[in-house]
Amino acid sequence: MGQNEVNKDFDVIIIGGGATGAGTARDCAKRGLRVLLLERFDIATGATGRNHGLLHSGARYAVTDGESAEECIKENMILRRIASHCVEETDGLFLTLPEDDIQYQGKFVEACQRAGIRAEVIDPKEALRMEPSANPALIGAVRVPDGAVDPFRLTASNIMDAKSHGAEVLTYHEVVEVLRSGSQVTGVKVFDHKTKATKSYYADVVVNAGGIWGHRLAEMAGVRVNMLPSKGALLIFGHRVNRMVLNRCRKPADADILVPGDTICLIGTTSSKVPFEEVDDMLVTSKEVDLLLREGEKLAPSLAQTRILRAYAGVRPLVASDDDPSGRSVSRGIVVLDHAVRDGLEGFVTITGGKLMTYRLMAEWTTDLVCKKLGVNATCTTAIEPLPGSRENAEEVNKKIISLPLPQRQSSIARHGDLAERLSHNTPVENSLVCECEEVSVGEVKYALNELDVNNLVDLRRRTRVGMGTCQGELCACRAAGVMSREGKYCTRRAKEDLASFLNERWKGMRPIAWGDTLRESEYMSWVYESVCGLNMSQKQSE
Amino acid sequence: MNLQQHNISDNNFEQCIKCTVCTVYCPVAAVNPDFPGPKQAGPDGERLRLKRPDFYDEALKYCINCKRCEVACPSNVRIGDIIQSARIRYAKKKPKVRDILLANTDFVGTLSTPFAPVVNVALGLKPVKAAMDAVLKIDHRRMFPKYAFGTFEGWYKKQASRQAAFSKQVAYFHGCYVNYNNPQLGKDLVKVMNAAGYGVQLLEKEQCCGVALISNGLINQAKKQAQTNMASIRQAVLERKMPVIATSSTCTFTIRDEYPHLLQLENGDVREQVELATRFLYRLLAENKTKLRFRTDKKLKVAYHTPCHMEKLGWSYYTIELLKMIPGVEVQVLDSQCCGIAGTYGFKKENYEVSQQIGSRLFRQIEASGVDFVVSDCETCKWQIEMSTSKKCEHPISVLARMLED
Repeated sequence: MGQNEVNKDFDVIIIGGGATGAGTARDCAKRGLRVLLLERFDIATGATGRNHGLLHSGARYAVTDGESAEECIKENMILRRIASHCVEETDGLFLTLPEDDIQYQGKFVEACQRAGIRAEVIDPKEALRMEPSANPALIGAVRVPDGAVDPFRLTASNIMDAKSHGAEVLTYHEVVEVLRSGSQVTGVKVFDHKTKATKSYYADVVVNAGGIWGHRLAEMAGVRVNMLPSKGALLIFGHRVNRMVLNRCRKPADADILVPGDTICLIGTTSSKVPFEEVDDMLVTSKEVDLLLREGEKLAPSLAQTRILRAYAGVRPLVASDDDPSGRSVSRGIVVLDHAVRDGLEGFVTITGGKLMTYRLMAEWTTDLVCKKLGVNATCTTAIEPLPGSRENAEEVNKKIISLPLPQRQSSIARHGDLAERLSHNTPVENSLVCECEEVSVGEVKYALNELDVNNLVDLRRRTRVGMGTCQGELCACRAAGVMSREGKYCTRRAKEDLASFLNERWKGMRPIAWGDTLRESEYMSWVYESVCGLNMSQKQSE
Repeated sequence: MNLQQHNISDNNFEQCIKCTVCTVYCPVAAVNPDFPGPKQAGPDGERLRLKRPDFYDEALKYCINCKRCEVACPSNVRIGDIIQSARIRYAKKKPKVRDILLANTDFVGTLSTPFAPVVNVALGLKPVKAAMDAVLKIDHRRMFPKYAFGTFEGWYKKQASRQAAFSKQVAYFHGCYVNYNNPQLGKDLVKVMNAAGYGVQLLEKEQCCGVALISNGLINQAKKQAQTNMASIRQAVLERKMPVIATSSTCTFTIRDEYPHLLQLENGDVREQVELATRFLYRLLAENKTKLRFRTDKKLKVAYHTPCHMEKLGWSYYTIELLKMIPGVEVQVLDSQCCGIAGTYGFKKENYEVSQQIGSRLFRQIEASGVDFVVSDCETCKWQIEMSTSKKCEHPISVLARMLED
């Protein structure tokens, strides 16, 4: 395919469609900059979409890293305001089990108070009443303002707001070269995965928000950022076992957080170093599943008798401190690198480290730096102004779409906040369900296709939860592919390819835990698709 | 740790693999688009309700608790129980005066039987029906079963000494219908059991099984009555060493399965000793433990209708085979499908149309059958069939009694 020079100029190009990149695009656009966001696949495909979805209170870091704890609690309170539709205010308990040192509790509460985190010691019996799933053997409990946050919604909402402030967002655009003129970065060359074309875009500043892939982007620019890929595996259970986030009251360790997220709950995570070659294809091992289950049961014993839906892993972009050439000293805090100061390379900024919780603060700091470089004087408003979806009270939205059946109404408000009123819901067909487990209607799928940058079924899943329920695509995948075809998103051959790739992606997550009912259901699913419908499960489909 | 043997789900609803065959077999989903169907109302909905109780959908009230979904389910999911439990746990709408009246078959029966001639005439009068329709929302097209002038229990008192003379004994759970509306069925049961060599005893104390209370949301009352019944059943089975038999398939099903599943009353110690009279008799006859002599001068052509709860019990076989043992009876088996009445459900004005639509195929099959009458183990199916077709409907025990040699 040919090479196009695009002469459109931007003030800033942001590389990476995770929460940080999306947040930075929003902040920059709101401060009046001309913004281009580039993402090689879909939004929230990296670490953003592969974590607990925990709205940290900061309590977990209080003892070991006071600074992170303070950042967390501040951002926690901000997200409750600006992203209320992505957040569930469940509160959390830090449990002390008989094998843990109860002395740690005092230290923990004190550290929380120092960081400004409300931490309230709860009588074990009262804790069990509040959270019946908690291990009844617990000897201590502390209540903290933890919660759940949906990273997909959060990222999508930031993107939406960035676009409404003029930002251009291109997904499936992979940066293949960072363009330089001497010691000045001038733009990037990208490969468009959809059209297979290569294009160039220019801007005064390029921001590297590529997460673990930022390591490679820095290399393209000719600078070195020492990253240490750290794999974290998690298990998703079929339904909510707990109402509150459960943590162990001890030094942070493996598999000691259980988060209720939407219809499911998740236990995680593990932590292991992985080589860079593996970061694009993380597989969860049976050892990891074993560890997660063993530790998870200690928090909530009923997990042992709960169906597991899938296992997945993400890669944390840990950064080695600049002053430690051995790379062993790792910073878990936010790292903003001005490569002009650090490496003498103008027009290039790397934002990394941090966490999902602090994405907005990371974006703010990055935007501050970009503005300084561009000589723009504008203040950050992202901590005050609510994101699209969080601007109106859920009760008001509920009244506007009262004609929908109740579970559908509740689900779409939970997923889209006040934007739920934009779902098309006029005809019986639009009100019929695509995904029965998660109550996603045809109208909601159409809305996602038309307004939320959906290119395939996996993208659709991130916007709507299609295929995230117990059936893992068994009933919804073909219906969704049908709606996408009818809406002119793709032809029959592409629809079949997409269907096969979606089902394979689902199987990848089921495989490490494929036993019992999950295995039975996946066997049924492959029987439906392969034997009854005759779908070829390999990617290539005949015309 | 052997993970695959370690992690096994305890949650019945998680056994669902979404094959949706339950919804295909649901008689309500087929005719009422407002009902989300058993899969969605049951296992799917349960997940959402566990997320937040406000996902409870009032449309679950359309479930008639026929349990045909459970019979269809290849994964052993107790779909009907999940739906009924959710109604018990989450429903906010309180039962109306009408629901309380309809559900309290025992209380209303006690009030009505002494005045049966008056009550029966009154309930049949057009102005009364119009008033019930307008005020209570009980559909005017419904006919109430006639009340008997005097109860079965009243009749039995005079028989008690004669029954005690038999060496072998069974206890009889007669149910509200036999007691207040159709004592003749109870008398038939006594006649048939006596012919088989068994004396019939009543339970120490019998109350309505509570099925209508459960479906109308009066759970505490249902629990109290169930506890009384279980105490009496235990006394009969464990102390007096008598099996308990019943003529109503729904009462039997409620005592055996709904008590433990919906009311959390354990009955494992006596459950197997509570069964239907037809099954009890069939087994006696099949094992040659007794003989019944039938008259041969009379020919009957009947059609058997399988009530939903018989389907769930898996026992229609016994009734059908028992009927076939009567030389003069030709039995035709109707397709097993819901008649639509579902106890008190079909009496409610808002459910009338759905109720009749559900039953329509059955009604057509009955009309086309050319039989003398229909036979069924359930009293409410009987009412529905008699209200909706030109045929009468009899209990199999009454057929037996009629065909016994004098």
